[in-house]
Amino acid sequence: MKSLLLPPHPKERRVVFQNAWTQGYTPDIECYERHGGYAELKKALGMKPTEIVDEVKKANLRGRGGAGFPCGVKWGFIRRDDGKPHYLVCNGDESEPGTFKDRYILHNDPHQLIEGMAIAAYALNANLAYIYIRCEFPKAAEIVTKALQEARAKGYLGKNILGSGFDIDIHVHQGAAAYICGEETSMIESLEGKRPYPRIKPPYFPAVLGLYMAPTIVNNVETLCHIKQILKIGSEEYSKMGTPGDGGTRVMCVSGDVMRPGPYEIPAGGVTLGELIFDVCGGLKPGRTLKAVIPGGSSSKILRAGESFKIKSKGADGEMIEKEIPLLDLVMDAASLAAAGTMVGSGGVIIMDDSRNMLWALNNLNQFYAHESCGQCTPCREGVLWIDKMTTRMVKGEGIAQDPATLQNVADNIAGRTVCAFGEAAAWPVQSFLAKFPEEFAVGVK
Amino acid sequence: MEHHPVSSSGNSPAVAQAETIPADLLAKIDEAVTHYPVSKRSASLPLLHLWQNHFGFIDDSAVKWIAARLDLEPINILELVTFYPWFRQLAPGKTIIRVCRTLSCAMAGSYELREKFCHSVGIDPAGDHHHGLPTSPDGNYSVEFVECLASCGSAPVCLINDDLHEDVTEADVPKILAQYLS
Repeated sequence: MKSLLLPPHPKERRVVFQNAWTQGYTPDIECYERHGGYAELKKALGMKPTEIVDEVKKANLRGRGGAGFPCGVKWGFIRRDDGKPHYLVCNGDESEPGTFKDRYILHNDPHQLIEGMAIAAYALNANLAYIYIRCEFPKAAEIVTKALQEARAKGYLGKNILGSGFDIDIHVHQGAAAYICGEETSMIESLEGKRPYPRIKPPYFPAVLGLYMAPTIVNNVETLCHIKQILKIGSEEYSKMGTPGDGGTRVMCVSGDVMRPGPYEIPAGGVTLGELIFDVCGGLKPGRTLKAVIPGGSSSKILRAGESFKIKSKGADGEMIEKEIPLLDLVMDAASLAAAGTMVGSGGVIIMDDSRNMLWALNNLNQFYAHESCGQCTPCREGVLWIDKMTTRMVKGEGIAQDPATLQNVADNIAGRTVCAFGEAAAWPVQSFLAKFPEEFAVGVK
Repeated sequence: MEHHPVSSSGNSPAVAQAETIPADLLAKIDEAVTHYPVSKRSASLPLLHLWQNHFGFIDDSAVKWIAARLDLEPINILELVTFYPWFRQLAPGKTIIRVCRTLSCAMAGSYELREKFCHSVGIDPAGDHHHGLPTSPDGNYSVEFVECLASCGSAPVCLINDDLHEDVTEADVPKILAQYLS
């Protein structure tokens, strides 16, 4: 990734990426230890597990996988001493279109993840953990497997780690090219060796009923790396890097029509969309103007150049004031993007310039969701195929007059009517592309 | 991890795979099962991966053998083979080229890139490939579209066997194919 070989942009602050791009840094354990590796695990084993959970809560760490759930709150659902086995699962199934951050951690700095997991396992009283890695990262699976062996040999994993009396073992589990396995209950079914159909909710959290029907925490790769970093710099300093309620740094993965695409680690709320595109990523291609932005992975709702949003914020006197914020001044944090009707999601920012056809772009995403629906729920299984068929014929100029309305209707009948959030993930692009770019959908009709 | 010795034109070999399991594969299978102390069934995916990495695909004997090894019914394994796009029931080419199809790669030319790979190895890109991977007549290459490979910042990308190739242009195709001469 070329952009990462450059020195960090002034807006960047490489925390979980601090080693991954250091010249000469290698993924072996000796190199990690030379860079302060496993110091925080040693520190954690001297702390009370509840103190660690409190630190994570105070850090305001939100999950980096897409849903953005507060990590400490999720951990708080685990009752450490309930007498049941507990499991920790690392979600390394990175598959959301537009997202490319975990791959660099898995390939370049696997021990940071392992240390984060060992700390998490100790805090949660989990003695067995799995790293679910998508099989399209075959080298990552080899690198992480080797790193786990090294960590076991050094006593960071296994029985009675570092003489603490705590046991933790971690294994790599490879997926098999199904996007749905990124959904946490699907991942658990996949780990159990079953077809990965997401589980019916409630219970809403695997912390209640997870792997092997025991309390389980599923966290994203980047999230677990942040655990180590929170213990290293302390929750107070860590949370200060972000905004209230969205602490720390977040890797923003920028792709599409910018001069310097790449994953940029930036304090949450540390850039506006305009700064991200025109400053951090070097702007658009010569002669082009901005047309659209997908801000948080393909499932997040698209934003249109030139639009503005009424966003409430606290004024100097503490009063809530409403301001009109143009798209390019939108701050890239969880609260601001939610106020703009979309989400920060997995951090996958796809930039589209005026050369792009929105019907074509939506059709590309529809094909993705049509391919990836697991088929469990009828509205999704049938709906995504029809949506794909409709935009495919519209791209060929063979649509019929009522296609845009039918597209809207089908999407509206998927969202909210499925077992898992895949239904929303597939419907939101359709709904938002139609709402923001209606004129482009009239063109594909005969 | 994909180093299978099967030379192929899409036909199943006469000998069932389960008749020819080498000792090193058996050892890897035994080791994988130990990773799942709570439930052997969890070893289903790992065993399918080990099997496909060795034999190139999963035949009927494999489904039965893996099921028996894990105290399951064959349908418990077959339903995984048919669900997950990664698993195959027919032999692929010796080199498998997976071109990313999804938005950022498509914007960077991945549709043209897939066609270029297809034409370069003698596959009809518009052909009906519902059964098995689209494979060149000499059995050397399979070319398929896959969904997002999570490397959107260096689009377009393709995964060839275990290697990720980034920022690939159509002009790069002959040079890349030469690295995988059969």
